[in-house]
Amino acid sequence: MTEATLDKLKILAAAAKYDVSCSSSGTVRRSDGNGVGNTVGGVGICHSFAADGRCISLLKVMLTNYCMLDCAYCVNRRSNDIPRATLSVSEVVDITMEFYRRNYIEGLFLSSGVVRNPDYTMERLVRIAKDLREVHRFNGYIHLKSIPGASRELINEAGRYADRMSVNIEIPTEERLKYLAPEKNHESIFLPMKYVRQGVLENKEDKRHLRHVPRFVPAGQSTQMIVGASDDTDRDILRASSMLYGMPTMRRVYYSGYVSVNDYDPRLPAMKQPPLVRENRLYQADWLMRFYQFKAEEIADADNPNLDLDVDPKLGWALRHPEVFPVDVNRAPYEMLLRVPGVGVRSATLIVNARKFRQLTSWHLKKIGVVLKRAQYFITCGELTARTVADTSPEYVRSRLVPKSRATKDNPLQMTFDFNS
Amino acid sequence: MVYYRFDGTFDGLLTAVFQAFERHETPDRLLAPDGIVPLFYDVLHEVETDGEKARRVWLKLGKTLSRASLSGLTTAFLTDNPEFPDMAFRYICRAVTSDGSIENDFSDPAVLSVLKECRRVRGEAHRLLQFVRFQKAADGTYFAMVEPLFDVLPMAVSHFCDRFNDQRFILYDRARDYGYYYDGEEVRRMSIDTDSSYMNTGRLTDEMMDADERLFQRLWRTYFKATAIQQRMNPRKQRQDMPERYWKYLTEMNGCD
Ligand code: SF4
Repeated sequence: MTEATLDKLKILAAAAKYDVSCSSSGTVRRSDGNGVGNTVGGVGICHSFAADGRCISLLKVMLTNYCMLDCAYCVNRRSNDIPRATLSVSEVVDITMEFYRRNYIEGLFLSSGVVRNPDYTMERLVRIAKDLREVHRFNGYIHLKSIPGASRELINEAGRYADRMSVNIEIPTEERLKYLAPEKNHESIFLPMKYVRQGVLENKEDKRHLRHVPRFVPAGQSTQMIVGASDDTDRDILRASSMLYGMPTMRRVYYSGYVSVNDYDPRLPAMKQPPLVRENRLYQADWLMRFYQFKAEEIADADNPNLDLDVDPKLGWALRHPEVFPVDVNRAPYEMLLRVPGVGVRSATLIVNARKFRQLTSWHLKKIGVVLKRAQYFITCGELTARTVADTSPEYVRSRLVPKSRATKDNPLQMTFDFNS
Repeated sequence: MVYYRFDGTFDGLLTAVFQAFERHETPDRLLAPDGIVPLFYDVLHEVETDGEKARRVWLKLGKTLSRASLSGLTTAFLTDNPEFPDMAFRYICRAVTSDGSIENDFSDPAVLSVLKECRRVRGEAHRLLQFVRFQKAADGTYFAMVEPLFDVLPMAVSHFCDRFNDQRFILYDRARDYGYYYDGEEVRRMSIDTDSSYMNTGRLTDEMMDADERLFQRLWRTYFKATAIQQRMNPRKQRQDMPERYWKYLTEMNGCD
């Protein structure tokens, strides 16, 4: 480990940074008292936040940024003339261990460009994970990328060491994927996903009648789609997500606003700024699908294939469906409360509990954390006299809630990710 | 108006509840030891903490509250919110006199307050898991300094013993001037009594550091910078998720390479 390692790390961290997944969630592994590390409570720990506001939980790095493929949207494509580097197996292992022991990270997220052939590359990723687990007795988190085209045997071996595995679909529709990444197709992406899925299911089956079954990708799979590199609509994207979440082991779909890295390529749109507002709206939509019982179809229907950038998708849905409001907070089922703009999962739960004790008024709702400024147009609670969306019109409510000069429009960088309404 | 004043301890709080029943009073407010005494009052009762009385209230509480709520209450009690003792007092009084369970009555400000303060304190304990940074000393011990808002080191230390079970470390709360030393087997509370510079900066001096420590710090800082995307800079979000009060002891926010 020397000065040269420093330079390599710089190149290979920068090469990996467009992969947005950082999560270290989904596994509980207490330390076994023999080796170092644990993963806690099934939720990851964010150890730091970079200047772009993104969480740093794992050492996210590429083994090499040499690549024989030429995907249009990727900074590491073979036709780019950029500094290239390769870390050795022991360098990755040492940096991971040393960072981990200092509490900088939860573990490693390792990907790689494709060199020589998929199996050659995959094998080296597996070597690193194996070394960490077996030589260094590392119990922290390991997320490995599946290299498209890698053999089933190698994916299966990787799965014994990794907590999570992923392969990015990047472009939601196959036709556009082939256009931008001619050497890839959906099969090359879905096949490794399928191997992992089958591995997990077989592993589950084994656990039913065998005592000592090794772990197999306990934190499941994730994937990512790039937003704005192709002309796919939000509806295309959300339908793809919904299909992905339908897979038994898919835990997270990430959305990555396309950062214009190859503006010379005519297949790509010219963009000054990554589409951050759109990306944020997609995360909100994703959140609605995972925690608010919304379906992709409801969020972006055929008439509105793209999300409204001015309002969050939940408010957007409410404005398109004035007929279901107002909702009576003292009576409505939990699922309906979740649909009220300004009411989050947390406040809906508190409401359902509290209303057993007494009739709730707007005073209680405010204390509980309901954002009345929004919710007032969509609820009744005995004494509340505000004019709801049913008494007025969606246009009126919209004009009250979306000021003309909306901050998010002026400065997308001020948007936050937190979504509780 | 009837005021009670207690010594700020949890047992003191429980004793105050006991005495309110003993004296058939409903105090208007429970004052903390340094709380300002209002100008006009009918009664100002100084609660004298009594372990036995406290124990009896605690036992009674244990019959009406779930374990989760009990631990929520003691956790919330670590908050620095000066209004909280009074809220906790009301919460306990209501809990011990109600027939059913009150812990889910979120229309009661006292119940909400316990929930909210508990969340704040747990949040601070979680930030320790996030933002503690160890430095390796020449003798192999890992050293980290922190200054959490509340006294949450005891809530976090077991996590570190579990995670770094083969690694000797010191985790030190500078604000309260105590820490834990884990020797690879057992953990014990200790304090360090020295004026050495590392106790003020939280940073080991060059002589104290392990030979490779500086290199790994530089690698970490290099990584930290390289992983940020220039086109997405968002320092506001960075500050929001990583409050500035933690920066002092963060390896990645200090030192230049
Ligand atoms: S295979 Fe991966 S690293 Fe290589 S060009 Fe395509 S996206 Fe980039």
